[in-house]
Amino acid sequence: MAIESDLIRADMVEAIEFPHLTSKYNVYGVPRSVFNETIYVEGAAPESVFLEKLLEAAK
Amino acid sequence: MSLIGQKDADHLRERFSDKLVNPVRLVMFTQEIECQYCRETRQLVEEIAALSDEIDVEAYNLITDAEKTQEYNVDKIPAIAVMGAQDYGIRYYGIPSGYEFTSLIEDIISVSEGDSGLSAATREAIAQIAKPVHIQVFVTPT
Repeated sequence: MAIESDLIRADMVEAIEFPHLTSKYNVYGVPRSVFNETIYVEGAAPESVFLEKLLEAAK
Repeated sequence: MSLIGQKDADHLRERFSDKLVNPVRLVMFTQEIECQYCRETRQLVEEIAALSDEIDVEAYNLITDAEKTQEYNVDKIPAIAVMGAQDYGIRYYGIPSGYEFTSLIEDIISVSEGDSGLSAATREAIAQIAKPVHIQVFVTPT
């Protein structure tokens, strides 16, 4: 999605190396995706679900 | 000792030769006294780049190369920015092992093609957004 739009940027964050972040975003299970700090998706979500959350974050 | 096995290296070399269209730069950020993952990440990135003429590596120090750190908007290390013809905003923080290695390879290919591979409906929806979105995907090495 980051490739598709200039407004979107995407990070892969390896949880074990950054415990302060896993704590900040309450990451218990992975993958956990966080959109604009506030919207979450658990697990390997299908493209449509991911898009839904992205659009919500972009409101 | 190489991190990528011989068979995998051969397979990747072929895949890259098949798929890579435009050059890709793997821009790495690390620190002088490299943390354990920084060292391995750098080695991994260099091994990947060795598998194709289209892939180059640039390595910077998070602190002493502050200008670059700012340019690539990087705040943690090890960090890899997967750069194609433009900055698509893709960053890998931490060592890309297990599933993430596959993701990194796929991203290198997508970035090289300059194409997201998303469905037409998704592309259309994304084209309508008006606010920046920052996605962070938390993973663990498997």
